[in-house]
Amino acid sequence: MTNPNNATITSVHTAEFTAGDALKIPTLRILRDDGSLYEGASAPELDKVTALKMYDTMVFTRVLDERMLAAQRQGRISFYMQCLGEEAATVGSAAALDDKDMIMAQYREQGALRYRGFTLEQFMNQLFSNEKDLGKGRQMPVHYGSKDIYYMTISSPLGTQIPQASGYAYAQKLRGLKNTTICYFGEGAASEGDFHAGLNMAAVHKAPVIFFCRNNGYAISTPANEQFVGDGIACRAVGYGMKSLRVDGADILAVYKATQMARQHAIEHNEPVLIESMAYRLGAHSSSDDPSGYRSKEEEEKWRQNDPISRYRLWLIEKGWLNDSDDKATIEALRTEILDALKVAEKVAKPGIEHLISDVYAEPIPALQQQLDELKAHIRKYPDAYPVTAGRLD
Amino acid sequence: MAKMNMLQAINNALDLAMAKDDSVVCFGEDVGHFGGVFRATSKLQEKYGKARCFNTPLTEQGIAGFANGMAAQGMKPVAEIQFADYIFPAFDQIVNETAKFRYRSGNEFNVGGLVFRTPYGGGIAGGHYHSQSPEAYFAHTPGLKVVIPRDPYQAKGLLLASIASQDPVIFFEPKKLYRASTGEVPEEYYEIELGKAEVTQQGKDVTVLAWGAQMEIVQKAVEMAEKDGISCEVIDLRSILPWDADTVAASVKKTGRLVINHEAPLTGGFAGEIAATIQQTCFLYLESPIERVCGMDTPYPLALEKEYVADHLKTYEAIKRSVNF
Repeated sequence: MTNPNNATITSVHTAEFTAGDALKIPTLRILRDDGSLYEGASAPELDKVTALKMYDTMVFTRVLDERMLAAQRQGRISFYMQCLGEEAATVGSAAALDDKDMIMAQYREQGALRYRGFTLEQFMNQLFSNEKDLGKGRQMPVHYGSKDIYYMTISSPLGTQIPQASGYAYAQKLRGLKNTTICYFGEGAASEGDFHAGLNMAAVHKAPVIFFCRNNGYAISTPANEQFVGDGIACRAVGYGMKSLRVDGADILAVYKATQMARQHAIEHNEPVLIESMAYRLGAHSSSDDPSGYRSKEEEEKWRQNDPISRYRLWLIEKGWLNDSDDKATIEALRTEILDALKVAEKVAKPGIEHLISDVYAEPIPALQQQLDELKAHIRKYPDAYPVTAGRLD
Repeated sequence: MAKMNMLQAINNALDLAMAKDDSVVCFGEDVGHFGGVFRATSKLQEKYGKARCFNTPLTEQGIAGFANGMAAQGMKPVAEIQFADYIFPAFDQIVNETAKFRYRSGNEFNVGGLVFRTPYGGGIAGGHYHSQSPEAYFAHTPGLKVVIPRDPYQAKGLLLASIASQDPVIFFEPKKLYRASTGEVPEEYYEIELGKAEVTQQGKDVTVLAWGAQMEIVQKAVEMAEKDGISCEVIDLRSILPWDADTVAASVKKTGRLVINHEAPLTGGFAGEIAATIQQTCFLYLESPIERVCGMDTPYPLALEKEYVADHLKTYEAIKRSVNF
C-alpha cells in the first residue's frame, strides 16, 4: 500500500487553515417564477405525457394534503403531514427514476409515492388504518409502503433509512440489477449518526444510491441555522468522496435534471450521489405542530410566492401542453373524488385481532399465540369494552 | 466428522452457507482479508471474493443499517459486530428497524435471513468493554430471535439455522470458548432448530438451566452436587428469544426445583423472566424458591473478575440451597 492514510498528501511549510466555508456549492435553477427559463438554462428532455403526469401528481398531492389536513382537523384521522411547497422536489426526482428503482423515503414524500402509482384508495386505507391498509393498520397515518411499486414502508425514526439505502443499493449491485435506490431525508435528519454511517458506507462500498436531502429550512421548529453551520448539506458529500449537486427544490425541471444525472452516474459508475434540494416547508411540520410559535407570517408569505406548481404550470401553458382553463375543473373533480374515497375508507373495518400478532415473526412464536388466546378470552368476558374486535373474534 | 474448535465450526458454517446460497454475504470490521479479529471469517474473502466478504468502516450503526437494507432487498447478510459490548451504536437499527421491519410494513418487506454475529461474555480478562452479555436487552424486543451456542457442534447447527431463518437473528458467540471448546462436528450442512432447549443430562432432584459458556460452569457444579448424592437435570436453553418454556416447565414439574445461571447481571437479566414464567406454570410443583446465580449488578470488573462471575462454586451452593430448602 503506497498511501496508508488514503488522503492527498501535498505539503506546505507555513501553517494555514482551510476555511470552513472554502467549498460553496451553487444551486441549479432552470425555471423562473414566471415560467420562463433562466438565461443559459435548457429544459431537460421531457415528453408531454411525462410532463403532464408530473404536473397532475403535484396537483393531486396538494389537493390530497389540503383535504386530509381538513379531515384531521375534523377528527376523522389522528394525524397528517403535508408537503406543501415541496411537491416539485419529490415528484421531480421520482419522475427521473426507473419504476423499479427503490424509494426509501422519510415521510413527506407522498409526491414520489403518488408518481409511482399508489392509488387514492391505498392512501385512504393507510390514513384510516383499516383492514385494507397494506401496513395492516400498524403505523400512524402517512407511513405508507408498497412492495409492488418499490416504495419502502416509512419508519418514524429519522435517518434510519440512510444506511439501509446504502445496503439496499449494494444488494442491487451484487445482483446485477441496473437499478438505483433513492433515499430521501431532511436537513435535520442529516444530523443523525446514520447519515454519516450511511453516506460513508455507500461511498466506500460503491453503492449506486441517490441521497436526496430535502433542506426545507426547518426540523419541526428548529431552523437550519441552528442545525448546522457551513454551506448546507451538499458540501458534506465531498468529504465522503462523493459527487454532489444542489438544486432549487421548487423548480421541478431542475430537480428532474439533477436526479436524472445522479441516476445515470450512480448506475454507470456504481457510486452514490448526494442531491441537496432547497425548498421551503410552507406547511406545519405535522398536524400536531403550529409554526406561528417559531416563524412569522411574513416569512411564510415570501416563500409562498416561490410556489413550485404555479411556475411549472406557466411553463406547461407556454409550451401549449396545458391550457389555462383546465385546472379549476380538475381540482374540483379531485376534491370530490378524494372526499368520496375518504368516506369509503373510513367505513372499512379495522384489521382483525389476529393481526395483533401476525408479522412479528414469519410465524407466530408459541408465547404470542398463547397471549392472543388469553386476550380473546378476556375480550369475550368484556365485549363492550372492545367494540372493534369483540364481534369478530373467530 | 472432524474435530473442530468453535471458531472453526463457525467458519465452516459460514463457508457452507456462502457456498450453498449466493445471497449470503459476510461483513463487518476487519472481517475481510484479515478474517475478523477472532478469525471467524478466515479465508472467506479469498474463496468468495471481496463483494461477498468485506471490511466495513468502523460504524456499528452503519453495519446494522447496511445489513437491514441488504436483507430487505432479499439477500442474507451475516454481519459481525466485533464485540457484543460495541453493539449499542447499532441498537436503534436493531431494535427499531430490524425487529419491526416485517410487522410495521404489514409483511410488505422483511429482513429474514439477516444474522448479527457477535462475540459476548467474560473469561478473557477483557474488563467491562470486552466481557458483557447483553442478551436481555434484545430479549425484550419482539421480532428478534436471540441464539447462544455452547459448543462447536451447536454453534454450527444453530448458525446455519439462523441464516436459513425467515426472521432476523442475533447470534451471540461465547468468545471464551472460541478456541477452548472443541468437539466432533459433522462436515456436512445441518441445522439445529431455533427456539428449542436441550436437556443435556437427565436427573430427578433439581433442574439446572444455563446457556452459552455457562454450560461448562454449571456442569462442573452439577458434578460436585452429584458427589453429594444430588441428581441434577441440566438444560441448555440455546435460544433466549423465543425461549422454550415447555421444556423447562416439563423438567421443573419432574424435579420440583430450578437453578438458573447466567453471566449477565442479576437485575433485569433473563433469569428473572424464566423464574416468573416457571413460578406461574409450575407453582404447585415447586419444592423451593427458584435460585438465580448471575453476575453482580455492577459493570463487568477486571481485577476482581473471579469474585464477580457466576462460577461453579456459587452454582453448587445454589443447588444445595435449592435441594435443602
